[in-house]
Amino acid sequence: MLFKPQVSLVFDEVTLNNGIFASNYYFKLKAFPVTKKPSSTKKPEVTNLGYDARQAPINIKLGQDEKIALYRDMVRIRRFEERCLRSYQQGKIGGFLHLYIGQESIAVGCASVMGKDDHIITAYRDHGHALAVGMGMNEMMAENYGKITGCSKGKGGSMHYFDPSRNFWGGHGIVGGQIPLGTGLAYALKYKGLKGACMAFMGDGSVNQGAVHESYNLAALWSLPVVFIIENNGYSMGTSQERSSAGPSLAQRAEGYGMNWAIIEDGHDVLAVRDKVGQALKLAHDKSLPSVLEIRTYRYRGHSVADPDTTYRDKAEIEAYKSTKDPLSVFQLSLLAEQTLTDELIQKIDESARAEAETSAQFADASPYPSIEDIKKDVYWEIDNPADRKSVGALFFD
Amino acid sequence: MADLIDMPKLSDTMSVGTLIKWLKKEGDAVQAGDMLAEIETDKATMELETFFTGTLIKIYAEAGSQVAIGAPLCAIGKPGEAAPAPPVASATPPPPVVTMPAAVVVAAPTPVAVPVPAAPAPVIATVAPAASQTSADRLKISPLARKIAADQKIDATRLTGSGPAGRIVKADVLAAVANPSLAVAKQTAGQTPSGQQPRTVTRSGPIQAERTVPATNMRATIAKRLLEAKTQIPHFYLEIEVDAEPLLTVRAQLNTALEAEGVKLSVNDFILKASAEALRRVPGVNASWTGAGIQYHGATHVSFAVAIEDGLITPVIRDAHLKSVFAISTEVKPLGQRAKQKKLKPEEFTGGTFCVSNLGMMGIPKFSAIINPPNAAILAVGTTVTKPVVKNGAIIIGQTMTLTLSCDHRVVDGALGAQFLSALKDLLEKPALLLV
Amino acid sequence: MPVITYREALRAAMSEEIERDPNVVLMGEEVAQFNGAYKISEGMLAKYGPKRIVDTPISEAGFIGMGVGAAMLGLRPVMELMFFSFYSVAFDQIFNNAANIRYMSGGLINCPIVIRGPANGGTNVGATHSHTPESIAAYHPGIKVVVPSNAYDAKGLMKSAIRDNDPVMFLENTILYGEACEVPDGEYLVPLGKASVMREGTDISIIGHGRSIQLALKAADLLKQKHNINAEVVDLRSIRPLDVETILNSVKKTSRCLYVEESKPFCSVGAMVACLISDQAFDYLDAPVKRLTSIDAPAIYSPPLEKLQLPSVERIYQAALDTLK
Repeated sequence: MLFKPQVSLVFDEVTLNNGIFASNYYFKLKAFPVTKKPSSTKKPEVTNLGYDARQAPINIKLGQDEKIALYRDMVRIRRFEERCLRSYQQGKIGGFLHLYIGQESIAVGCASVMGKDDHIITAYRDHGHALAVGMGMNEMMAENYGKITGCSKGKGGSMHYFDPSRNFWGGHGIVGGQIPLGTGLAYALKYKGLKGACMAFMGDGSVNQGAVHESYNLAALWSLPVVFIIENNGYSMGTSQERSSAGPSLAQRAEGYGMNWAIIEDGHDVLAVRDKVGQALKLAHDKSLPSVLEIRTYRYRGHSVADPDTTYRDKAEIEAYKSTKDPLSVFQLSLLAEQTLTDELIQKIDESARAEAETSAQFADASPYPSIEDIKKDVYWEIDNPADRKSVGALFFD
Repeated sequence: MADLIDMPKLSDTMSVGTLIKWLKKEGDAVQAGDMLAEIETDKATMELETFFTGTLIKIYAEAGSQVAIGAPLCAIGKPGEAAPAPPVASATPPPPVVTMPAAVVVAAPTPVAVPVPAAPAPVIATVAPAASQTSADRLKISPLARKIAADQKIDATRLTGSGPAGRIVKADVLAAVANPSLAVAKQTAGQTPSGQQPRTVTRSGPIQAERTVPATNMRATIAKRLLEAKTQIPHFYLEIEVDAEPLLTVRAQLNTALEAEGVKLSVNDFILKASAEALRRVPGVNASWTGAGIQYHGATHVSFAVAIEDGLITPVIRDAHLKSVFAISTEVKPLGQRAKQKKLKPEEFTGGTFCVSNLGMMGIPKFSAIINPPNAAILAVGTTVTKPVVKNGAIIIGQTMTLTLSCDHRVVDGALGAQFLSALKDLLEKPALLLV
Repeated sequence: MPVITYREALRAAMSEEIERDPNVVLMGEEVAQFNGAYKISEGMLAKYGPKRIVDTPISEAGFIGMGVGAAMLGLRPVMELMFFSFYSVAFDQIFNNAANIRYMSGGLINCPIVIRGPANGGTNVGATHSHTPESIAAYHPGIKVVVPSNAYDAKGLMKSAIRDNDPVMFLENTILYGEACEVPDGEYLVPLGKASVMREGTDISIIGHGRSIQLALKAADLLKQKHNINAEVVDLRSIRPLDVETILNSVKKTSRCLYVEESKPFCSVGAMVACLISDQAFDYLDAPVKRLTSIDAPAIYSPPLEKLQLPSVERIYQAALDTLK
């Protein structure tokens, strides 16, 4: 027990409306605060004091082209997201739009350390991860527009991009609902004897969902090769971490399940992300052990486009982050310093990314919508593969 | 080429925005990412961001104005560039080019309207349209029973249902197919033979359902009494032709003069009165055979035959000899109506001493009636016929009416009967005599 | 022909499929070491080992979701819910993930998972353990639902369900687990979506699913004995896909229909079937379709009252007579 309740009896006199004297007794519970000292002997991973991610083995071997590619991928995400915002404001995208602006380093960093049997699953802020694993802007934008040329044939929308061929399993709308799925992917990998892991992403708002705790337990109990990655941008929609999550850091909850955990303070540093996530993946591959990583990051935009973003934080905070920790700027500056990037190349990369995003918007605009017959397709595998259908009877009703 | 900035969609439920205030003015240089204005949406006040770098060359929407999504707000271009004329605002993009599913017609939970079977040719005894059904309620019948009834040409409205709440079910229809007597026409008030449901005849098939209908009380009574009358009373018949013109003239005069009072005398009213007066002159006819002798009646209670559904009845005008035509007429109408509604009290249709049966309105020129025991005679009145007659030695167009008296020879001999008819003719041809 | 119990039939089906396909794995609470809470998986751990027969901790949302995720990557998990009533703890994982993932990905993914467990009342286990959510499951496009009523169907349907490439909810019945009937030795499958005419008749169609069918057969005997009524009894076996053809053919023959099921009345399977019949066989009906369901309240504990609340031979017999009026 970490606390001992102290009980006192309180007597409360109450006079009811009809003048009858009544009394209430209740017990008042005073609890001592939880001790801050973790009970396990495992020490948390050292955070980034004096740590230079560029020197980490996984990063030191990066060639120029690879570094430029990392930078380019982040710029592409940024420009795509900006173009999505414009389209949404023009009324061409319906429903939800959760932008990844400010968090690009995480998706790009993680995707860049994926092996052939590593998989990614994330929540609804999925555009970054989708681009990072190599999905195309055209089909992504067309999906946002609800067109049949979309990556989910217009049936999922912004929150539901999938690409199994690139080991990307979506794109999920229910907060925390994807975490058991990620645990299952890891289970299957282990079952099949593959040397792979599943990176299961979630936001700081997911960590209190029951399904997440159940997944932690299963992963730790059965030593599943899953890396739970908490992209902590400080706000669960409009509720800050302090106001929603009890206890110290989010990742430290892993200790309750005996899992390894780490906090990456410099989530905006794509190289730091590569290093730490790479280590967690190695642990999963080699020893089939799960980890919980908390990556501190920031989003510049509201939770979604409908969020005016004024009720829970002020502009100054956003500006402060932007000016010191913008993932693109930080990496750009470091690459400029080592002359991997030039101003000209930066310009080219930027224009090319804008053009690619613009093209995707035009592609989406010009694409047709699904037809009414498409509504009942992709519901049952058997209906979509009639030659292999074994069941009979009616699967749809009027 | 300047770039236009339209009113953006800032929330999923927004349709118009209010431009609260401009943060930049015309001529200001702007960078991509700068905030240009404050916009109020249905949910919150947001800021308008520009994606373009350049100079704000034109503002289209004034501060405080409400602008629809897609309508232009301002233009960003090079300094000094001419601002484009605001294009016709294309608000939301055109709807998807798909045919949306037709609105699903929600089937009403209440029973569907009675479907009138679309028969190729009208068939007897198909389910009649709801409006003409005899009862006020809709026909309660199961879909299957209805279908079988239509196929088998059974009039479902004539069936009695054995299902819950009197619902007609398959078994009921099949029983009627096997035994057509079960499809009985329901007795309803106010129906005359002419008021039966219209039936259409088809060229092929029977003219009516082959069936046996058990006798009602009335029919049985009529059968018994008239058989008795016809077989046990020695009938003989006397005929006389009456010039109806004077009667018709008087009647017309009276009806015209008394129209305001709502008086409408019929020919039969006069005949009833005339009969009573004729009996006064020839009282020997106002009698009954008792078996041992003849009972002569002091009062003339004249009855008249009324056809009703399923038979006929004879309401009585008591003491017709004491009543004026007008009084008789006034009595006849309600009696006739109540007779048709079967609401006559026994004293209203018994005790007559003489009977008048008029088939004139049916177009019968002459006929003979069967005596209504214990009367000694019955007068059969035919229709008024227009035909050439001899008057004052010349042939002119006249109106004649043929009266036939059936007499009980036990009470009335030929001569007596002839006297009566003669008196009657006299009275009818001189209707003024009915006034005294 | 051998006579085996429903439980043995399930065990045989799962064992045969485990032997046939290396991707099939059975997971659930107490399925392995405990030999199954209802002994369905008795002996399977010893035979197939802990990789194929897996004990899970009590975390339905977690392990059902995990099963769905594993199915996405090619496994064929058979997930046991100790009581099917616990499905509601995993509702999001089943009806938002398993049901929708194929659709939301535009057909890129499929989820060949089987979620099985006993869904029934009648054992005094109270309202939270006695759910029969066939209609709730069948409501969701993307899901398949089967409810076998006897050992023969249980084995054939389980094998079909495991081989099916879509998510299948497989609803069993603790009271039926011990019921035995003839089950052939060799390999056979019962396809999903095919109803079974258990008894032919001409006067009324008693259609239903689950244990109510066993009761309906007895009621049909009573109807014959006492009133010379020939009732046709049709076991749907599969709710989604649904054998609409057999239902309509039966009703067209008899013109009267009574639907029997253990579910509560509101939006039950019978309600859907009644709607279908009214829509597609209206002219053949000599009476409205009637239903015999559990009495509309949460499952009562008190044993004699639970009996009254559920369908019984007597209640079905009376309801049939009412339908025949």
